[in-house]
Amino acid sequence: MANLPATAPVPASPADTAENPLSGIDQAAGNFSYKMDYEFDAGTGLSEKTVRYISAVKKEAPWILEFRLNALKTFLAKPMPTHWATKDLENIDFDKIRYYLSSGQKPKRTWDEVPDDIKKTFERLGVPEHERKFLAGVEAQFDSEAAYSNIKEAVSKQGVIFVNSTEGLREHPDLFRQFFGKVIPTGDNKFSALNSAVFSGGSFIYVPKGVKVAMPLQAYFRINAENFGQFERTLIIADEGAEVTYMEGCTAPKFSTSTLHSAVVELVALKGAKIQYITVQNWANNVFNLVTKRGVAHEDAEIKWIDCNIGSRLTMKYPGVVLKGRRARGEVISIALANDGQHQDTGAKMIHAADETTSNIVAKSISVGQGRSTYRGVVHIPKHLKGCKNNTECDALLINTNSRTDTYPAITSRGEGNSTQHEASVSKVSEEQIFYMQQRGLTEGQAMSLSVNGFINDLARQFPMEYSVELKRLIDLEMEGSVG
Amino acid sequence: MSQLEIKDLHISIGDKPIVKGLTLTVRRGEVHALMGPNGTGKSTLAKAIAGHPSYTITSGEVLLDGRSILAMHPDERARAGIFLAFQYPSEIPGVSIANFLRAAVQARLGEGEELDATAYYKRLYSKMDLLQIDRKFTSRSVNDGFSGGEKKRCEILQMAMLEPAFALMDETDSGLDIDALRIVADGVNALRSTNLGVLMITHYQRLLGYIVPDHVHVMWDGRIVKSGDKSLALELEAKGYDWVKNELVPA
Repeated sequence: MANLPATAPVPASPADTAENPLSGIDQAAGNFSYKMDYEFDAGTGLSEKTVRYISAVKKEAPWILEFRLNALKTFLAKPMPTHWATKDLENIDFDKIRYYLSSGQKPKRTWDEVPDDIKKTFERLGVPEHERKFLAGVEAQFDSEAAYSNIKEAVSKQGVIFVNSTEGLREHPDLFRQFFGKVIPTGDNKFSALNSAVFSGGSFIYVPKGVKVAMPLQAYFRINAENFGQFERTLIIADEGAEVTYMEGCTAPKFSTSTLHSAVVELVALKGAKIQYITVQNWANNVFNLVTKRGVAHEDAEIKWIDCNIGSRLTMKYPGVVLKGRRARGEVISIALANDGQHQDTGAKMIHAADETTSNIVAKSISVGQGRSTYRGVVHIPKHLKGCKNNTECDALLINTNSRTDTYPAITSRGEGNSTQHEASVSKVSEEQIFYMQQRGLTEGQAMSLSVNGFINDLARQFPMEYSVELKRLIDLEMEGSVG
Repeated sequence: MSQLEIKDLHISIGDKPIVKGLTLTVRRGEVHALMGPNGTGKSTLAKAIAGHPSYTITSGEVLLDGRSILAMHPDERARAGIFLAFQYPSEIPGVSIANFLRAAVQARLGEGEELDATAYYKRLYSKMDLLQIDRKFTSRSVNDGFSGGEKKRCEILQMAMLEPAFALMDETDSGLDIDALRIVADGVNALRSTNLGVLMITHYQRLLGYIVPDHVHVMWDGRIVKSGDKSLALELEAKGYDWVKNELVPA
């Protein structure tokens, strides 16, 4: 242990480090994790001490510590939202979770120790060799450090700030503070409060007036360069007339050190700005993925969320846009795939708060086996507004009879001259359809995968090329695994 | 010699016997017509040979070049050379005909073997030209919103691309008007060759006016009760199925 602040409690080293390094590996394809030794470790459980420890390690300003401590109080005071959400949330044991693990050193595994089936999964996903090593926890750092630096250097010439949230707080405190926690207040929900108390990692991006960032900013490289955070905090500000695309995650099986992932992402699109936020995530099936994402779109601004959720035990995520300025536009495109033992509880929120604002929601879910998909949507158009439009489309695909899907759309449109449109469909991949495809020579798994890819085809086309290719491969793997 | 042999085949749906001891051999290069009234087991025979999970083969054999196919999965049978042209083809929304066929062609390649996309499209377009199908057709989703005629043409195009050894054509003429019937029949005729054996299932003689069979079989209550050449179809047309019932079915 090095450089521990004097005030911080010294956490005990995890007792399990002496075990066989492979003992924690879940052998199921695509789902795995194992234990590593960390330089800074806040230990298990959540208390004021934990929060103080994190803040001290990060050498934060006093206002941030205060912000965190207030958030902790809010988190502890708030009940679990089980009056509307699944009771499975009660199974999260907050005392057994590690809230902070720092990176900065290389783990001691070698590539040879990674089980063959995991290597094979990477191979079939087409993950490049050097990335596989990182994802398997073999190397904490690789070329992404360089890739990230290149991106950072290229965009910084345009005055773009692209750093992690810790650095953002340190280097750009005024800018950060002006917007931080404004789109998603600490008390928005229990998990945004949790994130506000213990956040680390995540990106801070500022795009100056009129700057259009040509290349998508990929968190993938940045996050890989510093290890993955489970309580990331991302804040993206596009100043007037600016444009930026941000891509988060990757389709490779997520190397997961924890069973709880709870991020907060805030977007601010000032007048005439455009932000596109793309997520493709594939979580191990023991992970609770509880994320709050919201953006504020000012006059003539546009925010588009493209969100693809695969895996996890429970995902709850409803990206939202507050349409605050006149003619602002909001869009959520979402794909959720719930396989056996998984629950995807996803949707969108569109809060119209100005005249002539428009929003569009297209949500597609796929339930396989015992998998469960839930769509929850809120569209709110208050009485005093004019000329607002919303289009909501939810389509569910069920693969085999045990699958479950629910839709809870809440569309409130008051006043005159506003229009909303809602369409929902549920379809099944029938035995006949599978047989038809098998009769052409496809295996059962290939047939299912083709059905699923067809179902999401119109949305997948909106993904950047490499993401839609990865998505297709990932669905192939998921479907292959779902065939008995 | 390459042949599809059906030997004393018995097929049930649930506990109900449908096909009750059917024997028939189709050689490559031959076109056999299997005729009979509705509910006599013609479609059941075709689907069971293709391996549909709802049909149980209770006894008998189906041999492809002397080897039993009954333990094979439907996709294995397909790759071994058996093609079923469906009476009611399924829709696959979001999957274009071109991509679907590409996946089907890819599935016939060995492990690690990659499909040559340029060669594939070249072949696809030449088959489409042969069948006089518009280029735009293959960018549409498989059978999604297709008319009856379009669905059947889509089946014929797939058959042309997959080049099976044996094609089981299940009521290919059903639901077609006379123009569509001619187009589909022209397609099948264009694919006739010494490499292809066809078992054409039909209720009516009219298709046989366009696709002239080498052999005609009349089916009744799960069995073939009479076989002959193309003149049998005409005789059946003239005398009707009552003739079959009263004179051909053993009491």
